[in-house]
Formats: sequence, C-alpha cells, structure tokens
Amino acid sequence: MFDWLNYNPTAAFVVFSALKIGIAFGVVMTMVAYAVLVERKVSAFIQDRVGPNRTAPPLALKIPFVGRFLQGLGIFQPMADGLKFILKEDFTPSYVRTIYFWLAPAIAVIPALLTIAVIPFGSMLGSEKMVIADLNVGILYTFGIVSLGVYGIVLAGWSSNSKYPFLGGIRSTSQMISYEIAMGMSVIAVFMMVGDLNLSRIVDYQSGGLHHWLVWRQPLAFVIFLVSAFAETNRLPFDLPESESELVGGYHTEYSSMKFALFFLGEYANMIASSAMMVTLFFGGWQPLWGAAPAGSVFAGLTHILWFLAKLVAFMVLFIWVRWMLPRFRYDQLMDLGWRRFIPLALANILATAIGLGLYSLASN
Amino acid sequence: MAIVVDRKPLNFAERTYLPALLGGLKVTAKHFANTVFKGGNAAKLTGEGYYPEVPWRVEDGYRGAPYLVKDQDGATKCVSCQLCEFVCPPKAIRITPPGPNGQPADRPGAEKMPEEFEINMLRCIFCGLCQEVCPEEAIFLQQDYSLTGLTRDEMIYDKEKLLSLGGVAGGIQKWKHKLEEAREQEVFPVKSST
Repeated sequence: MFDWLNYNPTAAFVVFSALKIGIAFGVVMTMVAYAVLVERKVSAFIQDRVGPNRTAPPLALKIPFVGRFLQGLGIFQPMADGLKFILKEDFTPSYVRTIYFWLAPAIAVIPALLTIAVIPFGSMLGSEKMVIADLNVGILYTFGIVSLGVYGIVLAGWSSNSKYPFLGGIRSTSQMISYEIAMGMSVIAVFMMVGDLNLSRIVDYQSGGLHHWLVWRQPLAFVIFLVSAFAETNRLPFDLPESESELVGGYHTEYSSMKFALFFLGEYANMIASSAMMVTLFFGGWQPLWGAAPAGSVFAGLTHILWFLAKLVAFMVLFIWVRWMLPRFRYDQLMDLGWRRFIPLALANILATAIGLGLYSLASN
Repeated sequence: MAIVVDRKPLNFAERTYLPALLGGLKVTAKHFANTVFKGGNAAKLTGEGYYPEVPWRVEDGYRGAPYLVKDQDGATKCVSCQLCEFVCPPKAIRITPPGPNGQPADRPGAEKMPEEFEINMLRCIFCGLCQEVCPEEAIFLQQDYSLTGLTRDEMIYDKEKLLSLGGVAGGIQKWKHKLEEAREQEVFPVKSST
C-alpha cells in the first residue's frame, strides 16, 4: 500500500513530515490544555483546596464509578474552558491600533510552536527519525525563533494603547532581552563539550544512561538555563510582564475571548518548548534512564518517545510547582540577577569549560 | 530598657536564595502531600463537605446581610426614625415614612412604622452601622452572605422581604413597657413603680 513512498523520496518526506507535524501539533495542543488543568489542580492541592472537580458532559456520569472518578480529576474541565473561550465576546476596544492588536496574539503563539520543530522527541520509528526538522544549526534556530516571541508581547502592549499593557510590554522587552543573553551563554558551554549544534547529536552524546547526562557535567549551565527559561516564559517568580497585582493583566489586559486564549496558549506552549529544550540539552532527550542505544524495533522507538514525554512532564510540573512557591521578584532585582549575576557566571562557566577541555585534550595526547 | 536586636548580615548561602528556595519547596510539598494523600483540604477541615452542597458554617458575630426583625408579637419593630438611612455610608437604605395621614403602626404604642423600607443589597457593604445606630433594635446584620439575583431590581429588598427574612427577635421591649406604663396611668391612683 505504501510502496510508492519507497520510490519517491520527496513524496515520502512530505507525507512523513506532515504526519509528524500533525501529531506533534496535536500532542502539544493537548498538553497545553491539560497543563492548564494540572496547574489548577496542583495549585489547589498546594493551597489546601480541591481544584476543578465538577465539570462533566451529560453522559459521562452514566459510566459507573469511572465517570465520577474522571469528574473528580477534572478531566473534562479543559473542554469546558476551551468552549468558554470560543463563546466569549471578542471585544476590541475603540482606542487600540487594530491591525497590530489583532496580529499580536498570533505572533505570540507561532514562535512557541516553531521551536518544537527541531526538538528530537524520539529516536527512530521504523526508518523515520523522530524529529520534524533535523537542522544542523538546531539550537541557533531555536534562539532565533525564541527571540521573536517577545514581539507578540511588545506589540500587544503597544497596540493596546493603554497604560498597563504598555508597562507590561516594556517590562517584558527588557526582561526577555536580558535573560536571552544569559540563556545563550549558558548553552555555549554545552556545545563546547559536544562539539555540535545539532540537537540530535547532543542527545546521542548523552547516551548510555543517567550518569552520561550533561546536567552532571554542566550543572551551572543547567541552573542558568533553568532560571532563564522561567524568565523567558514569563512564569513566576519572573512574571513581571503580566503581574496581576500591579499591572491588572499586563500586556493582555485589553484582550478577551480567543485572542486572550492565544496568549495563554502561547505561554504554555513556551513552557513546553523550553522544557523540551532542557530535556534535550541536559537530561538526555529521549534516552532512557539506564543505558540503551536506539534499537531498531517500533516498540523501542515508542518507549523512547515515552521517555521523552515523561521527562517533559516532570519539567512542566516543576514549572507549575515553582509558581506556587516563590513570590515575584522586584524589577530591579530581576535585572540585577540577569545582568550582574548570571551573565558573568555564564561567561566564567564558558572559560572554565574551555580550560577543562584544553587540559583534557593535553592530558589525553 | 532598650533591647538591642542583633541584625546579622546574610551569609553567602542565604544570598544565593537557595536555602529559602528549598524551604519553599518543603512547605509546598508538605501541603501538596497532605491534600492529596490525607484529604486534608480546607473544605473538609472546616466543614462537612464542599460549598454548594454544604454551605459554609458561619460563626457567631459574623456580619452578613442586614434584615429587619419583628418583635415577640410579630409586629414591625422599626419606627421609621430614619437614623439608619442617614448613617448608612453607601446610602443603601431608603425609608419612606408614612407621613401625617399614613398607615398606623401595626403595634400598639408605637407612633409609626415605615411605609416602605428598602435596602439595595448591591450597595450595602455589610458594615453594621445601621444595627449600631438603631434605637429600636429593629435591624440586624444576619448570617446571609450569598445573595444572588438575576436583575438589579431584584437586589433591592423591600420591607416585606426584609421582614420575612429577618424573623423574630425579642430584644429590648421598649414599646411593650411604654404601653404598660400608659395603661397604668389610666387607672387612678397611679401605682408607684417598684
């Protein structure tokens, strides 16, 4: 049935890429929806509450026991949330700059989704590599795209034409620019060790089990990357662009309905993307906890994807957990941490790695 | 004698935020585990169940919505003095007095009662000044905290509704004693009050 694919590499490439894109997109969207649910549940548990446990479609409760259980878990809540966002009035205030106001949510979402393209989310499935685009400049591409993410927020803040979104936009610009530098510099040390920018190669370099993961060789780089990732995704303790208590809603104050939902989606997609980056760079990507090279079978390929997803989910939970643990940084503290602590630390880390690698090569010669 | 409290500067570990961060992790993890594994959520700890089915248990002295109360004979206690209307900070209360030819009070001895008594529950801030100022103990902040309505008009509670929600409160029985005094004055010789 699929014989024609073997004769036509271009068609095979198009079909498989489309399939991978479709599935990855679907998985990311589902994860976004359920990340919101997990966020609500975890926050509830941390605050001694129960969280959403009421929503259920009419027939779901007819299923004995299971229906009630799923309702208690809030499994159906994301559907209700999504439906609500679609049905809400899409209000555009009269004083906004309309074109940019409409453009901003889209610009906020797209970079987050594009980042997923270069992440290797599995080894092989059959003869197909489990990465949408196996770029040899993978990480440079990621940083390029992630930098675009700030435009959505800046445009939203500026085009809303009112003070709170404007302040949120300004804050996010400076915050994201500052932490991008630290983030980029922290990764340089990783590349110096691996000697390649391709993310698949970086995963291969970490094969052989838990103790080969780069987090053990570059702990400082990991810490800097982690904190910068929190800052880049505007999560607490660095959620200054939208700090509810002082800026109402920050850059999305004037947005409603699906346009607001897109910002929301963008934030969670960003979280997923940066979790995926951390897993790939420091935690062995799809490599299992104990040593196993990519085996040929479909089953092995699937387990590798599951390993990747499990690590990803662990990082998502960390993102959510930290949100309910730390208070927001003050603006000057944020800048101080970014420019005066992390950038020098990252530079020192690069230098130390260079010296270490130099000594190692001298010793091995 | 002044006590000098030694203010120690933060040491290096503390300045890296890490001990505070770990402390935070510990606290949140403890609460998380307590809620998930021991079912120790706030709804269970303070009541018998979850809110819409099991209403929140209100303690004595809680200041909920103000309602008018009736006396021990089921008559209106309010005498339409309008002190509460004047003291009300958000101007939620509006009293229509009966006027010179209005309806007489439904209680013997009282001079008058309000023709209409309205509280706009959307304006009311549950401050309790009306209860404090009332010379007749006719209005009390009661324990209702969940007032809902489909329209704004519905949220303006009139006299009938306020009285039916308020119930009966004996309290001071000023007019009962005044009536007894007045009746006693009719009979001669006046009994000296004991």
